[in-house]
Amino acid sequence: MSKIHNYIDAINKENRKALNIFLTAGFPEKENFTELACSVLDAGADILEIGVPFSDPLADGPIIQKSSKAALDNHITLNDSLRYVSEIREQRDNPLILMGYANPIIKYGLSKFLADAESAGVNGLIIPDVPLEENDNFFNELNPEIDTILLTTPTSSDERIKTIDEKSSGFVYCVSVTGTTGTREVFDEEIKKNLIRTKSLVAKNKLLVGFGISKPQNVSDLYDTADGFIVGSAVIKYLLDNNKKSALDLVRSLRNVC
Amino acid sequence: MIADKYSMPDSDGKFGIFGGKFVPETLIAALTELEKNYNEVKAEPGFLSELEELQTNYNGRPTPLTYANRLTEHFGKAEIFLKREDLNHTGAHKLNNALGQILLARKIGKKRIIAETGAGQHGVATATVCAKFGMECIVYMGSKDVERQSLNVFRMEMLGAKVIPVESGSKTLKDATNEAIRDWVTNVSDTHYIIGSVVGPHPYPMMVRDFQSIIGSETKQQLQRVRGKGPDHIIACVGGGSNAIGIFYPFINHNTKMYGIEAGGFGIDTDKHCATLTLGSPGVFQGMKTYLLQDESGQISEVHSISAGLDYPGVGPEHSYLKDTNRIIYDSITDAEALEGIKLLSEKEGIIPALETAHAVAYLNKLMPNTNEGEIVVVNISGRGDKDLNTIIANLKR
Repeated sequence: MSKIHNYIDAINKENRKALNIFLTAGFPEKENFTELACSVLDAGADILEIGVPFSDPLADGPIIQKSSKAALDNHITLNDSLRYVSEIREQRDNPLILMGYANPIIKYGLSKFLADAESAGVNGLIIPDVPLEENDNFFNELNPEIDTILLTTPTSSDERIKTIDEKSSGFVYCVSVTGTTGTREVFDEEIKKNLIRTKSLVAKNKLLVGFGISKPQNVSDLYDTADGFIVGSAVIKYLLDNNKKSALDLVRSLRNVC
Repeated sequence: MIADKYSMPDSDGKFGIFGGKFVPETLIAALTELEKNYNEVKAEPGFLSELEELQTNYNGRPTPLTYANRLTEHFGKAEIFLKREDLNHTGAHKLNNALGQILLARKIGKKRIIAETGAGQHGVATATVCAKFGMECIVYMGSKDVERQSLNVFRMEMLGAKVIPVESGSKTLKDATNEAIRDWVTNVSDTHYIIGSVVGPHPYPMMVRDFQSIIGSETKQQLQRVRGKGPDHIIACVGGGSNAIGIFYPFINHNTKMYGIEAGGFGIDTDKHCATLTLGSPGVFQGMKTYLLQDESGQISEVHSISAGLDYPGVGPEHSYLKDTNRIIYDSITDAEALEGIKLLSEKEGIIPALETAHAVAYLNKLMPNTNEGEIVVVNISGRGDKDLNTIIANLKR
């Protein structure tokens, strides 16, 4: 059984929601990234999602694009991202997920990547430009130790959401809005309705909601619609200003409502 | 002759291992809807006659096939014909596709149109059809291209489009395309994305090819009429590759030798070029699996060409397939050679081609010595050079 699933399940059994925090690998600094990641876990994150920087991040809004660009300017590669995971893994037991676009993985070589990811301690993968249609072909081999986390969106049909649930392991990533990553002011009724629909269709997996969640109020508003929440841009935004303290404060305040 | 054998893409949108739908989940529903509607209209008499009427009375088709007598004399080998896509309304082949897609967008009921543009020709074509059909139009354009193609920016604005300069990455076509895709992900419910080349996720490479293949179909008929046979060689420039596939596709089951010419920039022994098929390797980018110029860690390269329309690190997936199956020969022409090509066509035939097209023209210098009398060469004159005069003046003075 999936380590990520069990981890979230244990949290839910304590009547809490899982908090998944996104960081861009090697950002804002190449040198102290592992320490930053550990302090985010210490501040209350349950799961870390580490973004592998890519030159053309289609699914990302301006904030994560900027962090990705900064990481690339620091010459952060997929190798570095795996190294960070193994360094964090030496110190912490939390689930660690890699989020990355398809091309760097293809270039690295899928089998070598899966083997190296497992030995580094990666528990799950999110590849936003490999949807259901390409999933079987892309993952022509699988590593049972590494979960494949697929995404649902408001435009996914009921039928697709069921198939995505079937094909996913670890959890299903529910994208709250149609759009790229980034903070949003309010979540309207339409969005909530879709989250309720999605939750009712996802049976096998836990459901984590992401995109646009930036503050404790968002979590409180959407609390019952998910098993956990994913926050990225709001944290990265502070890190872009080199304001590590505010980033960690945000994680703490999110944890308080999770 | 391999008659009627070629049938690509397959039902998954794959050209062999290339193509596909490598996009965020949000776009899948829109792509499925687009594919369904396209498959319905492509054989629908009402749609086809409306499109044909527009191609004839708005776009000015069929475009001429001009016998290049002085160019033919100059090389003294095969006869050279020019397929005059420069004479389309708006000055390039781009309108062929924009007209087809705007009709499709109307059928699906989308009100807002977005597009990416490099040289600005596709942006102008999209702005034109939006004006004609009264639709809102947003064009994404790399800020570097906004600068070097300022005339086209002005044209788009005159046509009522909003041009958004893109500051990310290399500030060229690739980045404009990323930004257009992000807009589409965000506004997918009311927006249709008119992609300007045979790139992106399925069904775009197939659909844009089909709309552009009018170039090759006309060429076939026109040459049959004047010479009673088809061409032995066809040359076209390749950025994303839509004018090339447009003229190649109707000949794909024939023996015609076809040459796709990429931008060699400062030379393919430098890192400043766009010779994707010559020097790239397969990967996934902007919704498709295709040849890409990329570094050793899989980041997409920042490329260079004097011509904004060819300044792109990827290529249409069907070209990748046609390269690997050796059906088409891909080669490259440098910035300097392309400028010579402009002079050649201007002085010998009284036609100033676009910088993109000049790459195809310049390839005559390489190909013609290997042709024979009695053979026929067709060059696809994909666009006219008016938009490039500033760049040409600056470079010819240098």
